[in-house]
Parts: sequence; C-alpha cells; structure tokens
Amino acid sequence: MSTLPDFRLMRPATASDAVRMRALHPSSRYLAGGTDLLPNMRRGLVATDVVIALGDVEELTGLHEEAGSLTIGVGVTLATLAANKLVQERLPALAQAAAGVAGPTHRISATLGGNLCLETRCRFYNQSEPWREANDYCMKLGSDTCRVASKSARCYAAFSGDLAPALMVLAAEVELLGPLGTRVLPIADFYREDGMAWLAMAPDELLVAVRVPLKNGWVSAYEKVRVRGSIDFPLAGVAVALRREGDALVGLRIALTGVSSRPESVSGLEAMAGHPLDDTALAIIARQVKLGTKAMETTLIEVPFRRRITPVLAKRLVERLWGMVGDNPIGPS
Amino acid sequence: MKKLLRLSVNGKPREDAVAENALLLDYLRGTLGLTGTKQGCDGGECGACTVLVDSQPRLACSTLAHSVAGRSVETIESLSAEGNLSRLQRAFHEHLGTQCGFCTPGMIMAAEALLRVNPHPDRAAIRASLAGNLCRCTGYVKIIESVEAAAQEQPV
Ligand SMILES: Cc1cc2nc3c(=O)[nH]c(=O)nc-3n(C[C@H](O)[C@H](O)[C@H](O)COP(=O)(O)OP(=O)(O)OC[C@H]3O[C@@H](n4cnc5c(N)ncnc54)[C@H](O)[C@@H]3O)c2cc1C
Ligand code: SF4
Ligand code: FES
Ligand code: FES
Repeated sequence: MSTLPDFRLMRPATASDAVRMRALHPSSRYLAGGTDLLPNMRRGLVATDVVIALGDVEELTGLHEEAGSLTIGVGVTLATLAANKLVQERLPALAQAAAGVAGPTHRISATLGGNLCLETRCRFYNQSEPWREANDYCMKLGSDTCRVASKSARCYAAFSGDLAPALMVLAAEVELLGPLGTRVLPIADFYREDGMAWLAMAPDELLVAVRVPLKNGWVSAYEKVRVRGSIDFPLAGVAVALRREGDALVGLRIALTGVSSRPESVSGLEAMAGHPLDDTALAIIARQVKLGTKAMETTLIEVPFRRRITPVLAKRLVERLWGMVGDNPIGPS
Repeated sequence: MKKLLRLSVNGKPREDAVAENALLLDYLRGTLGLTGTKQGCDGGECGACTVLVDSQPRLACSTLAHSVAGRSVETIESLSAEGNLSRLQRAFHEHLGTQCGFCTPGMIMAAEALLRVNPHPDRAAIRASLAGNLCRCTGYVKIIESVEAAAQEQPV
C-alpha cells in the first residue's frame, strides 16, 4: 500500500552531490522536512519521478556567527530557530516568525529552506484531486482559467511563508549553489510576483544558506493573523525592523506575507527618517502598508479583512518597538 | 522500487524491504500492521498520525519511511507494556480525555514527548504542545486535564 505516487528516492551526502543529482534529473524535487511537499504530492499537485532528500546533508544544518552576521543553513529546523538564544535576542522577528509557523510537531521537521521555498497557496489549488476536478481545475494546474480572477493572464496564489518577511526586514541575503558555483542575492530578489513561478531560483540551483547581519541598534518583531492561532498559515503577516535615536526614527523597514504572490517589501518609508513617530508618521505607515497589500480572493476569509488588518498590525508593531527602544535608548548591543 | 530499511520500531531492531515512496504511516500501518497510528486527514492537518522519532513527535503522514532509517520510532502500541496501560493512557481513560478515540493515539504520543522533556508542564505548555492535534469530540478540556493528571503520577 502506498499513498504517494511512484518515485525514486536519492539521498546525497553533500550539497554539491545534491546539485549534481538535480542536473541529471531535471524534473526531480528536493525534499527537506516534507511538511509542504509531501501533502502537496498526496493531493496530486506535484508530480515528480525523483525525490532528492536533503536530510543527510550535514553542511546544510549549521548556524554560525561570524564577522557581524549569522549564517543559517537551510536545513536548520524552525523549532531550533525559534529556541535559539542568539536569534531570540538579536533577530526577534525571525524567532517570532519561526515560532508561529504551523503547529509544534511541524516545526520539529520543517526547515528554513523549505519555508523560504514554500509553494504559493490558493483556495482553488490546495485541495484534493476530486475537489479540483469538480471545479474544472485552474490555471496553476490543469486548466487555463484562473478561478480567482477569470480574465487574468496570471495566477495570484499567495506566498504564505512566515520567515521571508522577517528576513527581509532584517536585510538578509540568500546563498544559492548551482553547477557553476555559488551566488548571493538579497532575499527580496529571491522572489517574483507570480503565483506559478514565485522563486527567482534557476531549476538547477539549491538554496544553501541565509546570511543575516547582526546590526546594533535595530529592534524587530513579527506578527500574523490566522483563522486558528494554533496551526494555520497567515491570512496576513507583518514584519517590522526599526531603529530609533532619541526622538527620531532613523530606520524603518516593513515587509508583508500572505497578501501577494511574493513577500512584499513596503516602499515609501524613507521619507520618515529623522522624524518622530507621530500621527503623521503613523498615517504614512498605514497608507504605504495598504499599498503593499495586494490580497486577492485566495483564502476563504474575505479580502477586505486582509486589506484592513495589515496596516493595523504594522502600526501596532511599530508602536511597540518604538516604545521598547524608548525604555532602553541604546537598543540591543 | 523497494529498498532495505533498517530502524528500530517500538524498541526492536527491524529490517524490511520498503518502497522508496512509502510514507512512515504506510510502513507502520501497512507493512507492520501497527494500526494504532491513525490517518485523519490528507496530509499534515490533524496530528492523528503523530509518532515519536528519537523521542520527538513527528507526523508519520508527512515523513517518508526511508527518512527515518537508523532512527528509533515509537508508536502508541509501545506504551502498554504487558497489557498494562501507561500513565497517559490510563489518565485519558479515567479523565474522559478520549471519546471516539480517533485522535487519541496522536494526542498521547504528543503528550508523551512533552512529559519526557518537561515532566511537570503547566497548562500553557500542554496546550502549546498539543496545538497541532485536532479533536472533534472532547472539546480539548478533558484532554488537557488528562495530561495534567498523568503528569502528577510517577512514571512506571
Ligand atoms: C497544517 C499546516 C500548516 C502550516 N502552516 C504554515 C504556516 O503557518 N506558515 C508557514 O510558513 N508554513 C506553514 N506550513 C507549511 C510548511 O510546514 C512550512 O512552510 C515548512 O517550513 C516547510 O518546510 P519543509 O522543510 O517541511 O519543506 P518541504 O516540504 O521539504 O519543502 C518545501 C518546498 O521547498 C523545496 N525545497 C526545500 N528545501 C530546498 C532547498 N534547500 N533548495 C531548494 N528548494 C528547496 C522543496 O522542493 C519543496 O518544493 C504549514 C503546513 C501544514 C501542513
Ligand atoms: S490564483 Fe487563480 S490560477 Fe492561481 S491557484 Fe488560485 S485560482 Fe488557480
Ligand atoms: S494524518 Fe492528519 S496530520 Fe498526519
Ligand atoms: S476523541 Fe474523537 S476526535 Fe478526539
């Protein structure tokens, strides 16, 4: 008896072996914790003849602090990240995002890499085969019509990973390994606004690590709203990193998840640098966050709620962080 | 294709020819006949398939059997030694933590993992550890009370 379709399983011992196997089998898939890929395979959403399991690749599981930055291997689990003291103290948005993914048992298996490569989601896509068949499928798989926006030429499935926005406001970079070597890019450039091709990763590349600068004076936080606080994907998630000096905001970054096909970096916040966090500033934050919220009807919860909640979460986090630094003007060392 | 899988299940070393695409859940229920571990959903949603891998909870429905090669797997069947219920099993029975019983093996294995690292958890810790285990019958209160009752007993 087997629940999954047939495939060959390969278990490389090194990252370069994994990349070699992938080059030999272009339709293969990497398997990390399996908490996204295996349910998707069971539902017939992902077909592959070769699965390359990364669980034995020890070089992907390191966590090193070096020269003012923290390098995190993609194989580090979310439970490990959430419980790590350095991450909790210096990169709280990341620890909070990791602690808020799925349920506790998922987080013990789920990895950083799997979370960043998480498949985009939609109420018409993340369904069983009979359900999708009864609805004549959709553009992401099996038909040429989008059920969310019927005249649309693109898919709006939502990127719903919690870690990406946290890493964006923390100015992280991702490291990719391909047959020609390594390349590094800012995490925002790892994503594309397309529900069917949301990663700017070449098919022969492997995500190997994330590098996060440990900058003094910045504070950060992450918060999400979901249907059930115990287990669900974000309907919307907001990450904020902020730097305050005296009564002036000297740095502010905000990123969103669940409200677009990619994690969204909120733009237009630069003008606030040097100003206090007053009502004008909060109004600008609310307006810019609303502009970045491009939610479509991809969840059962309606769009107006998701549009209204992101500015609320953003303002709440900004005010909380502003107050925290106020009590401790030097900020974390 | 089948490949040899070596691991320990419920304390006994095993060697079985297992399909590469078999889920840990398929292997436990289908190959070994250990049907105490339940399948409650089509993947990752309910926690009914929770087993222990090296003492940590794991969803058997979202894990390949070959991913746990060389590891120690424990299922609900391992808890009742010589026909005696474990303290968690007894507490679920006596404190009405189980009704239809379908979620119970997963609940108990998740609670077992908790008690091994935190023998005297408070309510918040119990709720946090069982957050991914769904129950459609009890309303959860009796489940939490059952885990609390078990924690007050010394392990046998
Ligand atoms: C009930 C439920 C609730 C969930 N809730 C949340 C939630 O709230 N927030 C959230 O973010 N996620 C959620 N998830 C999704 C998932 O559990 C997490 O995103 C998890 O972090 C995925 O990691 P993984 O290691 O299990 O990935 P896998 O399932 O192993 O892989 C996911 C994808 O990433 C690819 N991949 C993995 N590693 C690499 C790599 N190194 N290089 C290139 N590609 C790679 C795989 O090929 C696959 O396509 C939920 C899942 C379930 C079942
Ligand atoms: S946004 Fe449209 S095409 Fe994309 S998954 Fe949903 S219904 Fe399908
Ligand atoms: S069977 Fe539902 S989570 Fe595994
Ligand atoms: S006792 Fe019936 S689902 Fe929990």
